[in-house]
Amino acid sequence: MQSTRSQKAEIQWSQKDGVILLKSLGNWTIDGLRDVAETLERFSRVSRDVSIQWDVSGVGRVDSAGMLLFIRYCDRLKANRCSIKIIGARSEHEKMYRLLRRYTPRYSEARPALFSYFLRPLNTIGRGFVAFLLDIMTFFPFIGENFLDLISSLLHPHSIRFGAIVKNIEEAGVRAIPIVVLTSFLIGVVIAYQGAVQLKKFGANIFIVNMIALSITRELAPVVTAIIMAGRTGSSYTAQLGVMKLTEEIDAMRTMGFDPHRFLVLPRITALMITLPLMIFLSDIIGIAAGMFISNIHLHISYAEFLHRLQNVLAVRHLWIGICKGPFFAWLIATVGCFRGLQVSKNAESIGHYTTISVVNAIFLVIACDAVFSVIFTELGI
Amino acid sequence: MSDTIITVSDVVTQFGKNRVHDGINLTVHQGEIYGLLGGSGSGKSTLLKEMIMLLRPQSGEIKVFGQDLSRISQDRAAVLRHRWGVLFQEGALYSSLTVEENVGIKLREYTDLPPKLIRDIVRMKINMVGLPEEAAVLYPSELSGGMVKRAALARALAMDPELLFLDEPTSGLDPVGAEAFDNLILELRGILGLTVVMVTHDLDSIWTVVDRFSVLGEKRVIAEGTLKEVIENPHPIVRQFFGGARGRIRSRDGK
Repeated sequence: MQSTRSQKAEIQWSQKDGVILLKSLGNWTIDGLRDVAETLERFSRVSRDVSIQWDVSGVGRVDSAGMLLFIRYCDRLKANRCSIKIIGARSEHEKMYRLLRRYTPRYSEARPALFSYFLRPLNTIGRGFVAFLLDIMTFFPFIGENFLDLISSLLHPHSIRFGAIVKNIEEAGVRAIPIVVLTSFLIGVVIAYQGAVQLKKFGANIFIVNMIALSITRELAPVVTAIIMAGRTGSSYTAQLGVMKLTEEIDAMRTMGFDPHRFLVLPRITALMITLPLMIFLSDIIGIAAGMFISNIHLHISYAEFLHRLQNVLAVRHLWIGICKGPFFAWLIATVGCFRGLQVSKNAESIGHYTTISVVNAIFLVIACDAVFSVIFTELGI
Repeated sequence: MSDTIITVSDVVTQFGKNRVHDGINLTVHQGEIYGLLGGSGSGKSTLLKEMIMLLRPQSGEIKVFGQDLSRISQDRAAVLRHRWGVLFQEGALYSSLTVEENVGIKLREYTDLPPKLIRDIVRMKINMVGLPEEAAVLYPSELSGGMVKRAALARALAMDPELLFLDEPTSGLDPVGAEAFDNLILELRGILGLTVVMVTHDLDSIWTVVDRFSVLGEKRVIAEGTLKEVIENPHPIVRQFFGGARGRIRSRDGK
């Protein structure tokens, strides 16, 4: 069986008193058709208004790819007003021919017009924009539903899922302490080092305290912690809810009368809104400590000196400004995470897709929100 | 019709302490539609997986196209894999590809045919299994259960295999669809000279399409042969199968 497979398909063509003779040889099977296809393509392009005799008696095995090739070019030649006579076809070939004829797709050479290639970017942009609008149009009802659930929870405090909230706080907060500590420490180190080099030039070493204290408490700690949370907790919210959507657990909950918003979404949002401010406070402490440590090593500012200066410089409102951003960031991250999780559709691939989108959205929204805060605080003069 | 395509001899399969097969023997001949029948948990699908080299039996020998699967080289195994097509129970279509891409994936990877011809072949196979033309551009998640089955069959047939393995091809199809599917398999067998091995529960399929089959039970083959031969078998499991209400109606109405 192997040896017959390797006999390649061939086609020969010759001319005899105005009649073109085509002769097919070999096995017309899927693994050896390339050359024949090319020959036939060339042949069909040049042949018009001729009569053709196609001798297929030399053909061995034929599979559907081979037969389809034959059918394709028969049709093409007929369209070129050639008359075709087929000789030497065996009965199994005819059977196959009839079967494939029944199922042959309507032969179409239609290509998109050149013009449409230029329109394609516009099409993509348009579709993207519509998808974006649809996203927003589904996001607002989601927020609204959430808000109503929040109100009804507050009116019936016994229905609040405290267990779920605590569990989520542990997951999003306690378990994130190592990574938040490490990242904040490194941020403190980086800021202290970068600042130290510049300040040394002016002999203004002690101002390193102002720089570290204000930048970390007002901006860096909230934003960096929020970004970590977006990557760590926001993505896990999307994946968790996505899997539950995929396995129809969420539908099951609905049929049993457990509102997924109340049981899944609200505890997660609440938990993160409690956790993030606490994490920001932790991050403040670690970041400033790291700055103090580096100042001591690099600029020889003693710890006592640093702390004394810190008490004068760091008014408590700076700390509060940073911490107050926490719940807003947390709300954005958790809401987007849950929203994207519930958008997951039937296939497993979409979990990955929506998890990515959720993290990207959350980080962008955190930074955008932070920019808004900056403007507001500056205008208010705090 | 007498060439043997698959020989299974003395196959023993064990998962941990659980012995699934204890000396399975059967043969599949060229050009026939062979059924593997048995209750849930009788190891039909496991046996099928052993035939397509997804699982390896603890002992015993499985020969496909005369080659012993336990001692086959990588290259020969690759050639062998091109000569058969497999339809999985749940279709196992690649979810990131459209139906058209799913059906054409082996053609694109393993042959050097011009893309236009590949597209024609793919469309033809999609037509052949009875899917509407619009289905070609859909993703598996957008298809109904029956359409997934059909698309998966089109994919299994894409390379014109000589041997086709079907794992419960008609389960999950409505009766009309199941009958059409059976007829399609019969027709393809007639024209393409296919040999088909199918795992099935469907008594209708056994009556209408299967030429020969074996009944698995008690970890071995308890009956093998044509319907007439098997139905005469006095073994209690065979009796249960064909003596139950569903089986009786079929036997009374005849073929």
